Amino acid sequence: MGHQQVKEIVLSIIEAVAPDADLSNVQSGVPLREQLDLDSMDFLDIVMELRKRYKVEVPKEDYPQLASLDSCAAYLGPKLAAVTSA
Amino acid sequence: MAESERIVITGVGLTAPNGNSLAEFRANLLAGVSGVTAIETRFMGRVLAGVCDFEETRHLGRKDRRRGTRAGSISVYCAHEALLAAGLQREQMDRSRVGTFIGITEHGTVETENEIDVIRQYDYDTKFWSHHHNPRTVANNPAGEVTINLGLTGPHYTIGAACAAGNAGLIQGVQMLRLGEVDVALAGGVSEAIHSFGIFASFASQNALAWHDDPAKASRPFDRDRSGIVVSEGGCLYVLERLRDAKRRRAPIVAEIIGYAMNSDASDPVLPDPERVAECMRGALSRASVEPADVDIVSTHATATELGDVQEAAALRQLFSDCPDVYVNNTKSYIGHAMGAAGALELAGNLGSFDDGVIHPTINCDHVDDACNVRNLVANEPKQVDRVDVILNNSFGMLGINSAVLVRRYNG
Repeated sequence: MGHQQVKEIVLSIIEAVAPDADLSNVQSGVPLREQLDLDSMDFLDIVMELRKRYKVEVPKEDYPQLASLDSCAAYLGPKLAAVTSA
Repeated sequence: MAESERIVITGVGLTAPNGNSLAEFRANLLAGVSGVTAIETRFMGRVLAGVCDFEETRHLGRKDRRRGTRAGSISVYCAHEALLAAGLQREQMDRSRVGTFIGITEHGTVETENEIDVIRQYDYDTKFWSHHHNPRTVANNPAGEVTINLGLTGPHYTIGAACAAGNAGLIQGVQMLRLGEVDVALAGGVSEAIHSFGIFASFASQNALAWHDDPAKASRPFDRDRSGIVVSEGGCLYVLERLRDAKRRRAPIVAEIIGYAMNSDASDPVLPDPERVAECMRGALSRASVEPADVDIVSTHATATELGDVQEAAALRQLFSDCPDVYVNNTKSYIGHAMGAAGALELAGNLGSFDDGVIHPTINCDHVDDACNVRNLVANEPKQVDRVDVILNNSFGMLGINSAVLVRRYNG
């Protein structure tokens, strides 16, 4: 799965988790928590939506991999591809 | 009583199935407009309920609504509207001196039912159980959401008092003001009960869930053909202040809370005891040095159950049989039983009588049950009297909890 597609998946989840957030100018390489008002419970929501929508598990020790859209794409790309091909 | 002990209402914020402001609510009570409709609920199909349609996001962000509860959103709406009505601006208040005391019948059942439904879809794997569930279901959630939304750092909690909870919230606000613990109390009650199927199912199993082909006619307190309870959601919060403080800031004073009482039947989990109910009303009256004959309106609890209405009527006859100028009404006939919000909403609907002398009726009372006979029941049509000075607001609940609040027109 391509990086852009993964980023769009993550943005779609963030839109559901934080419906008041302005996502139009999110920069891919900057940590999400520096650009958006997202706290630890919001990140757990993102992890839960990945689980529900895509059957992707993110162990607690990997949470830092979700820091930015770029790191999400790098980390989630192979996981999403693995689920899709299963 | 010193002005520091006298407690007044300076604002009211509410949502009811037939109105989202005090003015709209009052107008619909005078016009006989019900708020009961049919809804679909999990496992039970079609049931009758009082549904509120206030604007949830008027004072609450969509993310906060998503993370919170319906009861929380009702509480936030009512709190904001009450403060607006009281002319109190958030930035000008000492928010460490504002207390939030909200009565509830129950809390957490809606969210628990929802979460079980979620994990059912994933073969009951609890990995799919929300991390939001605990903060959503702690009993203080509705009051806590108000404090977070408004930045209030004074005390907050909810009061579990079954269907007496609205009165209980008010009473707690009065007490905390008199103790000097707070300077402003947001006090009243809320309910999100219709979003749980369990409450409907339990009343149905008890043969106490109302049905009528016309939803607006289903809630029929004191009527011979009553068939039980209509479950409703709603909320009503009051801004309460010490009279001294309200006068100092030239606050709009709606009315004065002059007495209250709570007691317990200590007898049966569901059937009220007329002796203890009468004792509770007498307690509120004596605290205020008011005689039964001095009451103008008795706002009854009556939920349209077969026996509950009979028991309350028996208690009313004990106090008011010899009182030719005491009138009796009921609000559940319009909006159903708003549970934790009931007492608070039902009082609010009568406050307008201080201004116009019109007593709203209880509707859906085509034939008063002989066993529920009370003097001066205002049925189906409003009653104009010369003036209304004193309202007695009754609310009773399961496990034999009784409450009565006495409110007087503020004359200065």
